[in-house]
Amino acid sequence: MAALSYLPHTEADVKAMLERIGVKKLEDLYSDVPAEFLKKGAYALPDALSEQEIRDYFASLEAMNGKLKVFVGAGAYDHYTPAVIPYLCSRSEFLTAYTPYQCEISQGTLRYIFEYQSMVCALTGLDVANASMYDGPTAAAEAMKMAVACTRKKTRVLLSKTLLPHVIQVVETYAKFHGVELGYLPAQDGQTSLSVLQAELAADDVAGVIVPSVNRYGIIEDHSGFADAIHAEKGILVEYCDPSALAVVKSPAEWDADIAVGDGQPLGLPLCYGGPYVGFMAVKKDHMRKMPGRIVGQTVDKEGRRVFVLTLQAREQHIKREKATSNICSNESLMALWVTIYLSLMGPEGLKEVNRISTDGAHYLYNELLATGKFEEVFPGQPFLKEFVLKPKVAGLQAKLEKAGFFAALETEEGYVSFCVTEKRTKEEIDQLVKVVKEG
Amino acid sequence: MKYYDKLIFELSKEGRCGYSLPMNKFPKAPEVPLQVSRKAALLLPQVSEPDVVRHYTNLSQMNFGVDTGFYPLGSCTMKYNPKINEEMAALQGFAGLHPLMPASVTQGACKVYEEMNKALAEITGMHTFTLDPCAGAHGELTGLMIMRSYHMGRGDFARTKVIVPDSAHGTNPASAAVCGLEVVEVKSLENGRIDVEALKPLLGPDIAGIMMTNPNTLGLFETEIKTIATLVHQAGGLLYYDGANMNPLMGVVRPGDMGFDIMHLNLHKTFSTPHGGGGPGSGPVGVAKHLEGCIPGLRVSGFHGNFGVILRAYAYILALGNQHLKEVGQYAVLSANYIKECLKDKYKLPIEGVCKHEFVFDGLINDGAHDDVPGATTLDVAKRLLDYGFHAPTIYFPLLFHQALMIEPTETESKETIDAFIDVMRVIADEAAANPMLLHEAPHNTPISRPDEVTAARNPILKYQDTL
Repeated sequence: MAALSYLPHTEADVKAMLERIGVKKLEDLYSDVPAEFLKKGAYALPDALSEQEIRDYFASLEAMNGKLKVFVGAGAYDHYTPAVIPYLCSRSEFLTAYTPYQCEISQGTLRYIFEYQSMVCALTGLDVANASMYDGPTAAAEAMKMAVACTRKKTRVLLSKTLLPHVIQVVETYAKFHGVELGYLPAQDGQTSLSVLQAELAADDVAGVIVPSVNRYGIIEDHSGFADAIHAEKGILVEYCDPSALAVVKSPAEWDADIAVGDGQPLGLPLCYGGPYVGFMAVKKDHMRKMPGRIVGQTVDKEGRRVFVLTLQAREQHIKREKATSNICSNESLMALWVTIYLSLMGPEGLKEVNRISTDGAHYLYNELLATGKFEEVFPGQPFLKEFVLKPKVAGLQAKLEKAGFFAALETEEGYVSFCVTEKRTKEEIDQLVKVVKEG
Repeated sequence: MKYYDKLIFELSKEGRCGYSLPMNKFPKAPEVPLQVSRKAALLLPQVSEPDVVRHYTNLSQMNFGVDTGFYPLGSCTMKYNPKINEEMAALQGFAGLHPLMPASVTQGACKVYEEMNKALAEITGMHTFTLDPCAGAHGELTGLMIMRSYHMGRGDFARTKVIVPDSAHGTNPASAAVCGLEVVEVKSLENGRIDVEALKPLLGPDIAGIMMTNPNTLGLFETEIKTIATLVHQAGGLLYYDGANMNPLMGVVRPGDMGFDIMHLNLHKTFSTPHGGGGPGSGPVGVAKHLEGCIPGLRVSGFHGNFGVILRAYAYILALGNQHLKEVGQYAVLSANYIKECLKDKYKLPIEGVCKHEFVFDGLINDGAHDDVPGATTLDVAKRLLDYGFHAPTIYFPLLFHQALMIEPTETESKETIDAFIDVMRVIADEAAANPMLLHEAPHNTPISRPDEVTAARNPILKYQDTL
């Protein structure tokens, strides 16, 4: 059989190299491995496929997936991706580079990370951002650890029950093993309860509090009084945000938050069944040296030119090992580039317009659905943008809409159904969805 | 490569527009209430589409990638990233899937997970995998969570320590600490392997397990693995395999067969997915049968891990198939040993013998030090390599040697490329011996020269706003 096209070694090459090494055959290079550990017999893997066969096979797999119009958010949003982004992100100089350890030949990566950090700071209003994290939920888990590290003697972190369910679950997983005690703030009329927060803070053991800026019900939360109450007890306020929505809702800095985290996915990343996405984190300057992840800074080279380097590395695992602020090493650099290009194209006006169209569309759907008489309002009067929940009067709505070609009315653990409208959804699609609901 | 000095913010001009959005055909929704609306200005650039394309194209041209040239970065397995993988990951039928869609409409994605799981289990000799972790360190953390869950599930809460060799990747002790485990270091012998005699007294009822990389970070196979596995298991501990160095074992040796109970893989190393300048990666975690029950309930990432990366890696596995798997491991080892043999008269090889996919030199044999002129260091060699169009090896790691220079060629580099690299490394060694100053001042031919890192850390400028 022909050689694999990724492997350049010819028989002559192999022979010459073995000779130079001074062994007879490739197997001799494993003479240090105890014989019993050398795999005997063939691996139970399929035969190698040619490139066209791989294409055909993936096409058959792809065809097994449904093609539904997405009317669900819940942490992953079907926003539009400008054509420029995949085009630029597939440039091999970005795509096939490693972490920019050799800054002299990595200024491209370092510069876009610096721009990315600047944009995360612009959105959140905070002082310092890192070069990215795995995703929003793990960024929230890192914020939890950081809150405990920043406040020393305090050991408990409070989570709002209005955070997205998967965010809570990831934070719980990290907390269990890291030894952080969690407390919970219940929802009151669809928003994190300030009165319960005040009562919990009285216990004097609260290191940090994580609350969503726009929550699992789509409601824009009012965090008036949160920061003052938390800071009076020397705790850390963490805002979990949808970065797209930050163009129109109060920023973490405006709430006087200490840390902002969230998932960058709404900034034009494809849904891609949940990843790769990109977590972001920004903090107030006081907490800079406790922040996990890589950070890029500006400096000059020997000729005095503006250049960019990985900096403040004394925080990181490869220097501090078990005393590091986090174990994170690889982040989601290419997705940070994706977000950076998205925000460059959108600019302040484009991002506001995305919110305007999505919000107008969502409110239109909300009113049309209510008019069918098949739903009850859950949180009347609470402000929302692209996402909302309703209480259905009949069961099985999600399955019914799925048959009609919609991924919509996601059933929540509270017995509500959740909808989301992005600028990709047209009025015709919404009218069609409402028609299916009416007919049922 | 040419120096380009703009930041996207500096191209901004009020009124420029880089977006294309549909006309808003909906009735106007209520305004965001004043109490919760943003008042602060939003400092994002206002640039046109051509501005953006040219800017990022210019930035890319200051970058070095695997497609640009040889990247012998030890422990990073910078192999060729097949292009068919990119095409497969971009298919709309995968890229358009919402993570919360029910199984009824995601059968294709589910099949990828199932087949990928099976293939990884076969390649590694583990029982089953979780594909949720997003990177190698994330996999380590997940694996250690499984380790702790196993002990706690048996009502054994005393196992709070994990043994980590002094040659381990920095993420090992860091992951252990994040997982709430205390790190106990075990020393290496002169021959670079774990000191079994030093290990024995560390084993006891407080040990959750040991984290090992095999071959280790010196590229050396842990020949005493059988004894170590027996000792750790007898003491009630588990063996964790750091899969960062899995490449040389592909098609030849399986971690599961060596007694490892838990392991992670780096799909962005061993399974050819691009590093993307530092992610996205994917760090699946495999377990032996008796640990299968510890996986459910651990939610370590938002949804189903980095599906896009998993798709790429699966396309690679299909291309390898049963026929080419072994070539990956063998050629990676062949190339590493060849480079080692061709350079060991110019660079200090601290430990003789056959290596696996990588090896470590401890600096130059003749660093050119004379009178008041200090000798050329490993950093200098690394920087000088950039002048010749090669990426540098990993430097100053592992920590066992002062001038560590860790070279990993991978199986996808031709003999011609490798020979060119060897020639350059020999030239650099001769340059160092004759004129170390030339190396101290390197690189000379890159878009920028060495940066002032001290000032960067002392007076941090971390965003564009800080420069205004």
